[in-house]
Amino acid sequence: MRTLAKTQAGAPYLDRYAAARAQLETTAAPWLAGWRRAGAEAFRTAGFPTLKSEAWRYTPLHALIEGDFSVDAPAAPFDKARLSGVVFGREAANRFVFVNGRLRADLSALEKLSPGIELLSFAEALAKRPELVEPLLGKAPGLAGHPFAALNAAFAADGYVLHMAPGITAETPIEILWLGSGAEKPPVYHPRNLIVLEKGAHATVIEHHVGLCIGAYFSESVSEISLGEGAGLRHCKVQDESREAFHVALTGVGIAEGASYDSFVFSVGGRLARNEIHVALDGKRAHCRLNGAYLGRGEQVIDHTTVIDHLMPETSSKELYKGVLDGRARGVFQGKITVRPNAQKTDGQQMNRALLLSDKAEIASKPELEISADDVKCSHGATAGELDDAALFYLRSRGIPEDEARRLLVEAFLNEVIDAIALAGMRLTLEHNVSRWMSGPS
Amino acid sequence: MLEIKNLHATVDGKEILRGLSLSIKAGEVHAIMGPNGSGKSTLSYVLAGREGYEVTEGEVLYKGKNLLAMEPEVRAAEGVFLAFQYPVEIPGVANTTFLRHALNAIRKHRGETELDAMQFLKLMRETMKKLGMSDEMLKRAVNVGFSGGEKKRNEILQMAVLKPAFAVLDETDSGLDIDALKVVSDGVNSLRGPDRAMLVITHYQRLLDYIVPDRVHVLAKGRIVRSGDKSLALDLEKTGYAEFAKEAAAPTP
Repeated sequence: MRTLAKTQAGAPYLDRYAAARAQLETTAAPWLAGWRRAGAEAFRTAGFPTLKSEAWRYTPLHALIEGDFSVDAPAAPFDKARLSGVVFGREAANRFVFVNGRLRADLSALEKLSPGIELLSFAEALAKRPELVEPLLGKAPGLAGHPFAALNAAFAADGYVLHMAPGITAETPIEILWLGSGAEKPPVYHPRNLIVLEKGAHATVIEHHVGLCIGAYFSESVSEISLGEGAGLRHCKVQDESREAFHVALTGVGIAEGASYDSFVFSVGGRLARNEIHVALDGKRAHCRLNGAYLGRGEQVIDHTTVIDHLMPETSSKELYKGVLDGRARGVFQGKITVRPNAQKTDGQQMNRALLLSDKAEIASKPELEISADDVKCSHGATAGELDDAALFYLRSRGIPEDEARRLLVEAFLNEVIDAIALAGMRLTLEHNVSRWMSGPS
Repeated sequence: MLEIKNLHATVDGKEILRGLSLSIKAGEVHAIMGPNGSGKSTLSYVLAGREGYEVTEGEVLYKGKNLLAMEPEVRAAEGVFLAFQYPVEIPGVANTTFLRHALNAIRKHRGETELDAMQFLKLMRETMKKLGMSDEMLKRAVNVGFSGGEKKRNEILQMAVLKPAFAVLDETDSGLDIDALKVVSDGVNSLRGPDRAMLVITHYQRLLDYIVPDRVHVLAKGRIVRSGDKSLALDLEKTGYAEFAKEAAAPTP
């Protein structure tokens, strides 16, 4: 019975796959066709996760599953003039712009790319650089057996591929702008992204998801990141989808010896947003920092799930997520840290703090440590609290109106994590986002 | 300036103020002395408008207006200031941000133009210099990691910047050494003027050597049981509060 229910839940996707099969499989190279078919098969077996699966206990997907999304919705129109209102970087930035998951070359700008840096669309990379893509595709940590990774494999049509040759440093951030737009029939898109930094390469990638208008759509992305020895990636993501949108993003990161991955995720949009990051610290002294801030209100469900696997000695991970929840919003934080027997001298720290502005808002925090080495330093913690009444009164007693006092305290709460972002421009953008959010309806 | 009539107030259902009356004219400094638990801090919180302090009877008129009907921020904007006995720590909010928001909120309420960052900084520098405080205090988060003396000085700094018409100083002397006491008192004295009034709440006479009051009141069990000039404070220092506690315990005629 259960298997049947699962299959039914994913049925529209499988029907769609069957319909498109001829095109998806025959126009592709045999390895790619096989990969897609395997994805579709795996999704047929797994189906969408339910609240019964441990990794999805707090995140109800029924609205997403019941959603009638269209994979081949006509591309939404977008006028280039609007771009200046949503881009992060200055004119000079290297930028890819996607509208509903499809690259829009006319909106993108790649003139400033230095030699040794390749930025291609996924579709283009499949055609031009199969030798780069094939050995990596689907191999990132956390993807095996993941139902959304399988679904993505079946349908992935576009996305971006960033490759940096050994020792190359990108001077300016690479910006990926994802514009989402609802339509008569809500679109679904499955971006597949690949970042490969060879030995000693360094880059900053900023991903910005923006909802262009009110309306539902479903962005289901998978990003695979491979960091070679001593490489360093700063990865900053701002998720500001439309309030009716569904956003499920799965990122798998493999980190070699001495390399570091510095991630910041800011989540404010979406009706349902799941941001899931799997990191394998797979070389001595590999390091990751996973930070994030989230703001939820109304009926929003905002889920951050991270899995950090310490495989080698002297690896370190630092994690701090801070969230503010109002209305009836639900925040979910699941953080798993595994320390393998070999990973002596591991340092792992994890913390999730939530501020609840209404008594209907809720946070589910699930920290999980699995330690199989004896010489390690690991800590985790979770807190949930309300605004400090004493502080609020103190501010008001000095003449600051209540709403302004609340805003100051919320900003102060988030400052700890926003101030830790290395990019000054990003800090400013986010501070602005926070104060805009605070002046919105609850 | 301030007229308190037959004020009764409860905290968690327990009556703390039991018929307190007091009248303070512009230009005057009054001191309230009393033992622990007599209701000194309750009076200060009631005047500032803190939640949880419920007025069950009586009224407070400030410049002829019903003070108790105003929100805390409106009281502040109208010129009421409480120097807290225990100033609150606010991690993540810089002292200068806090003060600029406060000053501009009050200026806005008064129909004055808000100060920009440069104008504000200039004002702060001048005020800090006058009070003998270092700029470094401005950059730190509000009261976070401040010593007891620094917290009290920070209260006086806020008072000097916001220039209230009526200030309540709640045990501002507690935990201060003589040097800090002098800085704080100088700050308070520099704000004395014909348009201002102050209510100094203290447990000890010591502070009143530095801030010389026009009137002294003794508070016991939620009522004022004795009023006099500054010599009353000196008498109290000799006799202690025990006698007044007895008076207060006697049934009201």
